[in-house]
Amino acid sequence: MNTYMTILIGSLLVNNFVMNKFLGICPFLGVSKKFDTALGMGMAVTFVMTAASFVTWIVNEFLLLPFDLAYMQTIAYILVIAVLVQIVEMALKKLSPSLYQALGVYLPLITTNCAVLGVAILNTDEGYNLLESTFNGFCAALGFTLAMLLFACIREKLSLAKMPKWMDGFPGALITAGLMAIAFQGFGGLI
Amino acid sequence: MGILYAALILGAMGLIFGLVLTFASNFFAVPANPTRDAIRDVLPSANCGACGYPGCDGCADAIACGKAPVNACPVGGADVGAKIAAIMGVEPASGADRKVARVICQGDCQSAKIKYVYTGIQDCVAASTVSDGFKSCQFACLGLGTCVKSCQFDAIHIDPEKQIAVVDEAKCTACGKCVSSCPKGVIELQYASAPVALLCHNTGMGKKVMDVCKNGCIGCQKCAKSCKFGAITMENNLPVIDREKCRGCQVCAEVCPTGAIRALQTRRVAEIDQSTCIGCTICARNCQFGAIEGSLKQPHKVNAACTGCGACAEKCPKKCITMKDATAPRDPKAAVEAPATKPVLTKPADKA
Repeated sequence: MNTYMTILIGSLLVNNFVMNKFLGICPFLGVSKKFDTALGMGMAVTFVMTAASFVTWIVNEFLLLPFDLAYMQTIAYILVIAVLVQIVEMALKKLSPSLYQALGVYLPLITTNCAVLGVAILNTDEGYNLLESTFNGFCAALGFTLAMLLFACIREKLSLAKMPKWMDGFPGALITAGLMAIAFQGFGGLI
Repeated sequence: MGILYAALILGAMGLIFGLVLTFASNFFAVPANPTRDAIRDVLPSANCGACGYPGCDGCADAIACGKAPVNACPVGGADVGAKIAAIMGVEPASGADRKVARVICQGDCQSAKIKYVYTGIQDCVAASTVSDGFKSCQFACLGLGTCVKSCQFDAIHIDPEKQIAVVDEAKCTACGKCVSSCPKGVIELQYASAPVALLCHNTGMGKKVMDVCKNGCIGCQKCAKSCKFGAITMENNLPVIDREKCRGCQVCAEVCPTGAIRALQTRRVAEIDQSTCIGCTICARNCQFGAIEGSLKQPHKVNAACTGCGACAEKCPKKCITMKDATAPRDPKAAVEAPATKPVLTKPADKA
């Protein structure tokens, strides 16, 4: 149980994928203008990351390791992730066209979201078992969603504030992201 | 051997995933809308966002759902509008007059005074942060080309001689990018067919404007007083031209002492067909400019005072008056005394 607690706190706060490892910055900046789309993106990434952790562990354990193909890790993982993203895209198009519209080009871009590949490779490196891998993937995705949502809230407020022209939009967002990352460093001593 | 395993295993993975995807795509199949796809094919694919939707796809969706009019694409104009109307099975939107961006400033380097010599970053936004720009008139076009960079259609340029922005109205698609990029708010979207336009934003009066620019509007109200159709009202010391009332006589542009109001179209003049005119004098009585001469029951003639407002052509019972492009400049002195009874043409009381 202790391991799972460590994984939860570790992936959610201390080693937050966006704020500490700086993975998945593209959707973090791209779809964080509105709380709703940030939440939708977070959910989609959560699904992809959890499923990817699960499938990549199986692929690694039963296909790559027995045949001594660990060097094919990256390409095999990317294959898994691409398929999962495709499925998420199709499902969203069918089930929630509005969210599909709102996420736009950032949805297929989950394929190249380094947070997803990152979590799969980190799972392998850490030597987690199937359950731990899946849980870690889920927690890391929750951390990503948390960072997205906090950032989206701040940006929604910022968009109402009167900003000088040179700070409006992306410059302000980047500085906000930097300040948030500094704040997240404060979790450093937790585990 | 290793390479064989690698190829086999990855190939097998690819095959299995491919089957999964095939299954998923059948399971999550969304029926495509053929109308929407046809509209998408007609749209210009510039993805400029001028319609207010995210890209041409968004616009096609909105049109297909009936949320946007068939002429929602300002870039495609009437041409694309007509094609989409055909796809949607409706009448093409009529009367949707084309708009173009217009630079509301004539303060070129000869006429506008310079406040100081600006040597900083060659960009209007940067320049306008230094003491509101380097031109004495705070409403002036700075001519450093921020709008030029924003234009995707190569339709706005800095005139090399005048050092202010000029719009190529043939290329302009009214996407509004330059309007929002200009830190001075000098560019406006206006109707391309407008016969006259005020090309100055300075709200000052008289000497205040004269001191900073020779081409500025000094708020003298000559245009408002000279307009026979009551189309010009003064607001903030600037004339506002009512598009509905303006008949394009261009008299305002003629009387403007500084040239702040400019005629944008070639002047039209009336021409009376001598063989069908019965000399009823209705045209002469409706002419606000004394430009029609001739006695009762004799064919009438149009003199050089004609402004091309078209009031006579509208009233002629024989429809023998046609409007043509003017070949000679107008001569107001050629005006003659109009017949005694002079019906008022427009509803608002004319001062004339």
